[in-house]
Amino acid sequence: MTTEKHTEHHSSFQSYVTGFLFSIVLTIIPLVLVLNDMLENPLLLVIILLAACFQFVIQIYYFMHLRENKNRGYIVLALIVGIIIVVTVVGGSAWVMNF
Amino acid sequence: MIESIKNFSSDFFVTGDPLIYGADVSIVLVMVAIIFVLTYFKKWKWLWSEWLTTVDHKKIGIMYLIASLLMLFRGGVDAILMRTQLAFPNMDFLPSDKYNEIFTTHGTIMILFMAMPLMFALFNMVVPLQIGARDVAYPFLNAVSFWTFFFGAMLFNLSFVIGGSPDAGWLSYAPLSETQFSEGPGQNYYIWGIQISGIGSLASGINFLVTILKMRAPGMKLMKMPMFSWSVLSSCIIIIFAFPILTVTLGLLFIDRYFGANFFTLAGGGNPMYYVNLIWMWGHPEVYLVVLPAFGVFSEVVATFSKKKIFGYKSMVFALLSISLLSFFTWVHHFFTMADYKVDAFFAITTMAIAIPTGVKVFNWMFTMFRGRIQMKPPMLWTIAFIPTFLVGGATGVMLAVAPADFQYHNSYFLIAHFHQVLIGGVVFGFFSGIYYWWPKIFGFSLNEKLGLWAFWLWNIGFYVTFMPQYALGFMGMPRRVSTYGWDMGWAPLNFISTIGAFLMGAGFIFQVWQIVYSIKHRNKEGAADPWDGRTLEWSIPSPPPEYNFAIIPKVSEQDDWWYKKQKGLTKVKEDYKPIHMPKNSGIPFIMGGFWFITGFGLTFEWTWMGIIGLIGVATSIVVRHLDNDTDYYIPVDEIERTEARIGGTR
Ligand code: HEM
Ligand SMILES: [Cu+2]
Repeated sequence: MTTEKHTEHHSSFQSYVTGFLFSIVLTIIPLVLVLNDMLENPLLLVIILLAACFQFVIQIYYFMHLRENKNRGYIVLALIVGIIIVVTVVGGSAWVMNF
Repeated sequence: MIESIKNFSSDFFVTGDPLIYGADVSIVLVMVAIIFVLTYFKKWKWLWSEWLTTVDHKKIGIMYLIASLLMLFRGGVDAILMRTQLAFPNMDFLPSDKYNEIFTTHGTIMILFMAMPLMFALFNMVVPLQIGARDVAYPFLNAVSFWTFFFGAMLFNLSFVIGGSPDAGWLSYAPLSETQFSEGPGQNYYIWGIQISGIGSLASGINFLVTILKMRAPGMKLMKMPMFSWSVLSSCIIIIFAFPILTVTLGLLFIDRYFGANFFTLAGGGNPMYYVNLIWMWGHPEVYLVVLPAFGVFSEVVATFSKKKIFGYKSMVFALLSISLLSFFTWVHHFFTMADYKVDAFFAITTMAIAIPTGVKVFNWMFTMFRGRIQMKPPMLWTIAFIPTFLVGGATGVMLAVAPADFQYHNSYFLIAHFHQVLIGGVVFGFFSGIYYWWPKIFGFSLNEKLGLWAFWLWNIGFYVTFMPQYALGFMGMPRRVSTYGWDMGWAPLNFISTIGAFLMGAGFIFQVWQIVYSIKHRNKEGAADPWDGRTLEWSIPSPPPEYNFAIIPKVSEQDDWWYKKQKGLTKVKEDYKPIHMPKNSGIPFIMGGFWFITGFGLTFEWTWMGIIGLIGVATSIVVRHLDNDTDYYIPVDEIERTEARIGGTR
């Protein structure tokens, strides 16, 4: 029991650190691009959006214990609702603000 | 030197206004009185070990209740001040800058520091008891939630006497809330008061969602769960998805103000309309998440006092869940005038669609009462008063949802009347009903009914007297957020009537305070365990419940299980106790809240060093907690036996 708890603890710590590093990198890339005016707009926008999408995946994958097998149903349900809301917030804003 | 101290303090403290000096004096007096009483009766240790460090959801619920009633008082005083200013044309009771501050703090306090904590008070006082659990899923986090809320609210309220209040409206639209137009600490207080208490709201949302999903008593399938718990579940879903939007929006506003970015300024490629769009993506779900638990209260109360099972259980659940999803698809109705006509058409339809599940719920309550043996007890009175009030509020809401017509009503007194009708008639009446209903459970004595009846009628009559004239004023063209108007407008008589109503509601509040004080003095403990002949599990245990709630976790087989057991005579349980695993009290949540307060205060005055000290304190609190292994203990069987014998549990 105790050893099992221990290893679980350990591996989740590792995954947090990896996730953290990835997120930092994904945050720095757009920041550097924008601050230094390195790219023009269509491409810049695409890169920022891609970085955001990867960020989303990384946060979910490394921090949210997705790989655990218990509670599958809840996880899938929460993900679906979450994605619906995110699409609404992002897509909805783009649509609403497009005049 | 002396000069500079003088200069600093005249900026730091708000001066030159009798209202503020009055507040200063009363704050100091109250603090001295509290310190004196605590010292005189040697209560400091009691305060610390019984309350400030508690992780017991029932006590946390009581602290939420006290804090929210205090905030109701503060917000109510604001309201009365505004109504006094508007009672006659050309009044100069409040100058327009003060009026701006007061409508801002009124709205912010009423929604974020009154309605939200009153809602969390009910979550805490009821949910674990109702689902047969011994605590919430994360008791420590629950205490963190409370203290971040508390210190956030205190930070916001401090603005009245130190630094100056925010005055850009309760949603602080950009560009008005940007540095260019709102220099100084007021707007920063707004940001940090809300951000800090927002941590608590989000954490509570997660906490109660997990509690409901994972900690129900054995046999309580989701579809056998009491309606109030269902409403909390739906509300938590909204909290979890909506509050991050608020955090990000205010975070961006902070970056604009602190680091000179341009997200919401017209200069530098930003756009203030982004702010309006983002804030309402939180704002609309917010109003629905505070009203859903009120719907839950009504469902419990209607079933209990009609002595019938709730009508249409499945459709009720479906309505709750569909409201929580739909609430994310209507935000544009708050700014039809800003968006494109195609967008408006879409959001007009989604808004009207929400009226459908809401209507379903109203019909279900009516059918539950139909041919029931209705008992007009105080909680039931508030519920019955709610139905017509909310119907009118909903109907005017649908009127506002008609986009082209809304171009006329928008930002007029018609709108003010609409949202007060749903907020007071729905949220406030609902939470009052819940407080009256569960009061005996939590405190172990009942509230005096006669004084309650006075409060009830004053609130109700006052409500209609205040807000019905405002619909008409809206049609007559009176815009919201005006601090005065002339005789020639013809608005004087209706405004005067409206002010009378506000004072009636104020009197209703005083009766409620009197009712509580009176009932504490003349404790009536008779039948407090199950005073209303209740249907759900919380009524199966003694009042107030012991710290572990259930000596023996009940086994559930039916919806309204306690009612069923009473009917079948199955209320006796075998006294086969096992040691109970409990969380230990902890001072860390309180201390961490204090550090958040320091952080917020520092950032409010743009003293970065102080902000950093506060954040280090917050981080240290988290690490200290993480290293602490001594967080729980067991209550031995003989202690349970003694407690149960003393309080007469396990009937
Ligand atoms: C005694 C009862 C109350 C009275 C007389 C009252 C009166 C008022 C008045 C006069 C305004 C400002 C109108 C203007 O813009 O010029 C206002 C705004 C507002 N009230 Fe109340 N109110 C009461 C209770 C409540 C409650 C219980 C809530 C919430 C649960 C609430 C939420 C709000 C909000 C959100 C605003 C908008 C603030 C803004 O526009 O920035 N009010 N109220
Ligand atoms: Cu809305």
